[in-house]
Amino acid sequence: MDFPGGKAMDAVFYDSQRQGRFSFYMTSGGEEATAVGTAAALQPEDVIFSQYREHGVLLHRGFTLQEFAHQCFGNKHEPGKGRQMPIHYGSKALNFHTVSAPLATQLPHAVGAAYALKLQGVKACTAAYFGEGAASEGDFHAAANFASTLGAPVLFICRNNGYAISTPATEQYKGDGIAGRGASYGMASTRVDGGDARAVYAATAEARQIAVAGGCPVLIEAMSYRSGHHSTSDDSSRYRTADEMRRWRARDPVERMQKWMTHQGWWDEEQEKELRQSSRKQVVEALQIAQKEDKPPLSCMFTDVYADLPWHLKEQQAEVADFVRRHPEMLPAGMPNDL
Amino acid sequence: MQALLRLSRQGGSLRQIQSSGLSVAFARAYASHELTVRDALNSALDEELARDDSVFVLGEEVGEYQGAYKITRGLLQKYGAERIRDTPITEAGFTGIATGAAMAGLRPVCEFMTFNFAMQAIDQIINSAAKTLYMSAGTIPVPIVFRGPNGAAAGVAAQHSQCYGAWYSHVPGLKVIAPYDAEDARGLLKASIRDPDPVVFLENEILYGQAFPVDDKVLDKDFVLPIGKCKIQKEGTDITLVGFGRCVGHNLKAAAELEKAGISAEVINVRSLKPLDRDTIVNSVKKTHRVLALEEGWPQCGFCAEIIAVVNEECFDDLDAPPERVTGAEVPMPYAANLEAAALPTPADVVKVAKRMLGK
Ligand SMILES: Cc1ncc(C[n+]2csc(CCOP(=O)(O)OP(=O)(O)O)c2C)c(N)n1
Ligand SMILES: [Mg+2]
Repeated sequence: MDFPGGKAMDAVFYDSQRQGRFSFYMTSGGEEATAVGTAAALQPEDVIFSQYREHGVLLHRGFTLQEFAHQCFGNKHEPGKGRQMPIHYGSKALNFHTVSAPLATQLPHAVGAAYALKLQGVKACTAAYFGEGAASEGDFHAAANFASTLGAPVLFICRNNGYAISTPATEQYKGDGIAGRGASYGMASTRVDGGDARAVYAATAEARQIAVAGGCPVLIEAMSYRSGHHSTSDDSSRYRTADEMRRWRARDPVERMQKWMTHQGWWDEEQEKELRQSSRKQVVEALQIAQKEDKPPLSCMFTDVYADLPWHLKEQQAEVADFVRRHPEMLPAGMPNDL
Repeated sequence: MQALLRLSRQGGSLRQIQSSGLSVAFARAYASHELTVRDALNSALDEELARDDSVFVLGEEVGEYQGAYKITRGLLQKYGAERIRDTPITEAGFTGIATGAAMAGLRPVCEFMTFNFAMQAIDQIINSAAKTLYMSAGTIPVPIVFRGPNGAAAGVAAQHSQCYGAWYSHVPGLKVIAPYDAEDARGLLKASIRDPDPVVFLENEILYGQAFPVDDKVLDKDFVLPIGKCKIQKEGTDITLVGFGRCVGHNLKAAAELEKAGISAEVINVRSLKPLDRDTIVNSVKKTHRVLALEEGWPQCGFCAEIIAVVNEECFDDLDAPPERVTGAEVPMPYAANLEAAALPTPADVVKVAKRMLGK
């Protein structure tokens, strides 16, 4: 379910962005097994800190296609109240922190949160996702060292997809990838084929066991390939060859899973086709619904900057309310005035 | 390419033009006398790289990708990977490395994909680059340019839409530049690269693609503008509108609107935030007796607060109305387009406040 849903969402959302329906999108093609495989091995009480290419984790946790669509349009149903860019999802109910755009800032957060779980006596871990590019940030190193010294139950899950925008991994570092760094921080580490959902699942299940039982971090490096462009602002044909992309597409993780299931006699072409079509239909409908919904109301511009609205924001809000009363035509279409 | 060839017939062989450091973009502009801010920045970098071997560019995606916003287009091909240096994603790292290279006598141009990501490296900018000359008793200069887009773009929300004008202009040891048009971008980037001090050069993503008319002197390869001077972008007699970067454009639009109501506004382009050219601002206010400052950043301790303080200190008795400011709303930038629009000041806001100040 997560695989075809995710694939359909990527395809349709990507096209919608290209048509200008919202401002930004990023696909996760080639890395689906990393997101879904790790998510399947985690427990709901484990807390996720993602980078931005891990919507498979959210899908697996039950975030609906409709909720994804609401977020990309920043409408009133979106739990983030329209404040974040598209794909910067978050869901408190699903223990999934909102995406933080400055790279690697989520890694120390995940360590701090894991330490809190430990102090609270909760038998769970946090999972921090990041790219091999983000691993060059100082925050990665600080997070790794702190996790080890604090004995924080955190899984560092690196998606090594070979690229950071146009920068190939071979120029990002000269050592042996990210997994090798774990040992120097005194941390159990493993490298896994990120295109193999079952291998990712097995590695994550074992890592979680070690982290939660032992009160310590574990590092997983999942090797895969970013099949799509970096984002809707990128054209990757300018820095990598068609041949390279073709070779990797032949190892598409979703197809690999499908073939394995077919081989087991649990799945067939017909079921696959049906599921793909129905997923696509669901995604298209979700987008149509999301686009028509009202935006968050005017008051959302002022709330949540502080826990309570301080006097100076109250004054500014009153000024806006007064202005809109006198110039109702200035209120953008689809924005309810609740002031 | 055609423009380049046409130019080559006028001014010598193609080879000569290339070796004189003219970029393709620049040559195209030369022919039409319109220049985008992007091409202005690109040609300025190109010419300074050609002029001085100690200049080099580093940052994320500046080479193969030609810059996140294509400001370094063509430079890798021309100057090679040693001088147009793609870096791993470690802002604190490459900012520190740029600072060290400047201490050792090079002139790095350090590009941030956006100034929002320079937050990872602000310690290097302030505690190292800005203070080393002072701390070394004048023996170790740090000639470096930190540049990239600053402030709000469109639809990129809280963590990509912040203005750092007030932040950096607070710091002794830094010079802070914010170009508005193509002339500013060319003249001030070239001046910044040649300057002996660390310069924070705040560009604006929305202006990159905008074309401005330029005259021949702007296209000269030794065209530099003085750092520390404002420009009177439009003369007027009734009110002074002060701003930098994209806000200069807003103020020009507002001035055109005010003209229709019989109000003559003077528009000052504060293209150098630090050092701040107090004289030009004060002389203007002495003439118009009213001042309105505009910025996209937040109000408290902001650029407008500084302008109003300067006016109060230097020409309070010349004022016919309390100085006013128009700023961004004091909230993180929302993503939703309507809320984003509501959080940013517009020319209409300037018109409204200016009219109120003139009792109209
Ligand atoms: C601090 C910071 N610097 C730069 C960026 C711009 N940026 C966004 S994504 C990206 C590449 C990240 O590559 P990687 O971590 O490998 O993840 P991938 O995109 O491959 O999934 C860059 C440089 C950013 N968001 N934050
Ligand atoms: Mg990557």
